[in-house]
Amino acid sequence: MLQLVKRPQPSKAMTYLSPLLALAITLCAGVVMFQAMGVSPGRALHAFFAAPLASKYGWAELGVKATPLVLIGVALSIGFRAGVWNIGAEGQLTFGAICGGGIALWLHRAETGWVLPLVLLCGALGGMAWAAIPAFLRTKFNTNEILTSLMLTYVAILVLSLLVHGPWRDPGGYNFPESRDFSESATLPIILAGTRLHLGWLLALAMVGATWALLARTLVGFQVKVIGQAPAAGRHAGFSLNRMVWFCFMFAGGAAGLAGIIEVSGPIGQLQPSISPGYGFTAIIVAFLGRLHPLGVLFAGLLLALSYLGGEAAQILLGLPLAVTGVFQGMLLFFLLACDVLIHYRIRPRRRMSSAAA
Amino acid sequence: MTKTFPGVVANREVGLSLRAGEIHALLGENGAGKSTLVKMIYGVLKADSGEMRWMGAPADIRDPARARALGIAMVFQHFSLFDSLSVLENIALGMPADTDRDRLKTRIHELSDRYGLPLDADRHVYTLSVGERQRVEIIRCLLQEPKLLVMDEPTSVLTPQEVAGLFETLKQLAEEGLAVLYISHKLDEIKALCKRATILRGGSVVGSVSVARESAASLAAKMIGEELKEARLRGDGKKRGPVRLEVARLDMPAADEFSIALRDIRLSVRGGEILGIAGVAGNGQDELLAALCGEARAARNNRIRIDGHPCARAGPNRRRALGLASIPGERLGHGAVPEMSLLENGLLTSYRRLGFVKRGFIRRRECRAFVARILKRFRVKAAGDGAVAASLSGGNLQKFIVGREICQSPALLVVSQPTWGVDAGAAQTIRLALRKMADKGAAIVVISQDLDELMSLSDNIAAICAGALSQPVPTDSVTVERIGLLMAGARDAN
Repeated sequence: MLQLVKRPQPSKAMTYLSPLLALAITLCAGVVMFQAMGVSPGRALHAFFAAPLASKYGWAELGVKATPLVLIGVALSIGFRAGVWNIGAEGQLTFGAICGGGIALWLHRAETGWVLPLVLLCGALGGMAWAAIPAFLRTKFNTNEILTSLMLTYVAILVLSLLVHGPWRDPGGYNFPESRDFSESATLPIILAGTRLHLGWLLALAMVGATWALLARTLVGFQVKVIGQAPAAGRHAGFSLNRMVWFCFMFAGGAAGLAGIIEVSGPIGQLQPSISPGYGFTAIIVAFLGRLHPLGVLFAGLLLALSYLGGEAAQILLGLPLAVTGVFQGMLLFFLLACDVLIHYRIRPRRRMSSAAA
Repeated sequence: MTKTFPGVVANREVGLSLRAGEIHALLGENGAGKSTLVKMIYGVLKADSGEMRWMGAPADIRDPARARALGIAMVFQHFSLFDSLSVLENIALGMPADTDRDRLKTRIHELSDRYGLPLDADRHVYTLSVGERQRVEIIRCLLQEPKLLVMDEPTSVLTPQEVAGLFETLKQLAEEGLAVLYISHKLDEIKALCKRATILRGGSVVGSVSVARESAASLAAKMIGEELKEARLRGDGKKRGPVRLEVARLDMPAADEFSIALRDIRLSVRGGEILGIAGVAGNGQDELLAALCGEARAARNNRIRIDGHPCARAGPNRRRALGLASIPGERLGHGAVPEMSLLENGLLTSYRRLGFVKRGFIRRRECRAFVARILKRFRVKAAGDGAVAASLSGGNLQKFIVGREICQSPALLVVSQPTWGVDAGAAQTIRLALRKMADKGAAIVVISQDLDELMSLSDNIAAICAGALSQPVPTDSVTVERIGLLMAGARDAN
């Protein structure tokens, strides 16, 4: 039937075609899934991918959802290129929201211009502090950073829960587990009137540009690529692996913390027990779908943002469960990883063996 | 038998005969054609011409299955075992489906007891050491009750203790009538294990000898080739400068169980001098290069001095700042990043010395000019500085890497296998460039397995064996036989 044959050289074309192919297969699988659920696939796909973008507000929402995905995805792609596997961006996002949010609550009476920059800065520092734990464990004890960063995610979420159920609960909030609303001066300004699109989107775009420059033009970016592709050559050149681990964790932790504080000081406006629908995890998909390239990550972030919006639209219009979003995201990553096999292998029909004997 | 690959005759009318109960050595350097020959014997490759006779009758060994049916078994250098399966499951995979597992397990334990191959059939392969994995492969072969066992460089991955155990097993098997074809380039092993040896050089048989009548030195000479090339590149010894590199009582513990510990290394190299370090592969050459270039660091800083500055605990950057350049033996992945352009690879070791980074940003224009200079001066054939390193032929990439270091005009160069796998023209270019650099006052250490190269290029020569370096002596004062003895571990050149 079919046979996988190793290519003499990795295919450049497949590197870029593979995400599109994965997207196409995901859509096909989606059709099958909707059919099985008894929903017209045409209506479901329309609700999922077209309905959310029917208005200016919809496009603005796309930017709102894409902001954390792009911010984190771009930063994670640096680490993944260097072979530093930070899986705990969700926890760094949460701890960034806690630190920045804490400052916002503490300064809720202050009404000056420097409150917002301070809040954002503390958010980024909070994410870096949380990322410093797996970086320290990895460089000092050679602990597997995949496990430590992932497990710390749940710790961060529990810390947030503890705070909003306890000391930081809004005194006038009827005992709901929420903080008080942030003051005007600790809230991100809206950049498109009549929508929720906020300053964070511009920060995300700036991050894409900065990361591109980092990779293409700086020594640090060069070191990232060398250590990721040929660790022995990096050692020979005198690049320090430990410093690279620290850099990658600080960069991604800072970006994730910033994304966290942007979420709570932007669309949410207060601290709640749950502040992210898994942006930190989805950003991993975003990074790989975007081929670990800043521009690719930008497009992948928009696509995955659409899957969040589409999930909500499908819930409202067709009464489909929210889990559809997760299923779509999971299928996309699954098919992408499968399609990536075609970068190194090609498919050829297996010649029928000894047809005379058959 | 003859086997030709595009551009190279791997085996040229090679003949070999093996008797039952004999451990026969197939001896030769890397690239001498040993692997090609045994792959033909095992049916993996087909000979262009020639014939094989098995127990007196002509045999057409089309594929490995046919070889196994005849009674030929082979243990490859790289094992084919599934990590997540147990020893028993791995062995059962190669058996007919209706094999009784309990009986198979009993057989495995019988063989394991009988031949001193301790092994637990229920352990998962991923928990086994490399030596234990090799035992699984040997037992898998023995279960077929073979008449000929081929072992391809079996000790290259073993610790000394495991090597001793393996030798006991092989001797016992031979006493019971099994023929063993033992492939190696390690002379001491062959002296310890084999009675006869067939020596390959450059794809041809250069001798079929009785091991007992040969010395390690004469075996080495046959393997490497006695006749020296005329092109002498040695210096005249008049323009010696001050001592640039001094290594004194350098000890380095082994980083893991498969690397070699360096013991009491002493050497010094003056400006204008090329010091050659000979040795059979795997005797500490990689470790010595790592220790000299700063990838590995010694416990005491004063063990290595560059121009008088102690630097044995310094990393590669600090040593480069003192004037060192180094070229590792492995081109792809160590000396260069395979999937990166020549521009980026040019940057790899030069950015500090030549100032290609300003406030963290790479100055591409300056770097581009530097790479263009390398390509021109060393006549590197490449599609410009955007070509990725992996797309260059071995010789061109080596010229590029050597050029990258030489164009930085270092005061001291340490280079490993400068012409390994490089065509003759490129090899000569590289050797001439090294000599020219020494004539300009640089000190050079060349670590090489190519004795011809060292005899023609180096002013002084020493040999490394099991992590210990012999006292360097003037190349004029020694013969190939003496160097061969030193490579085999004799302590004194006289």
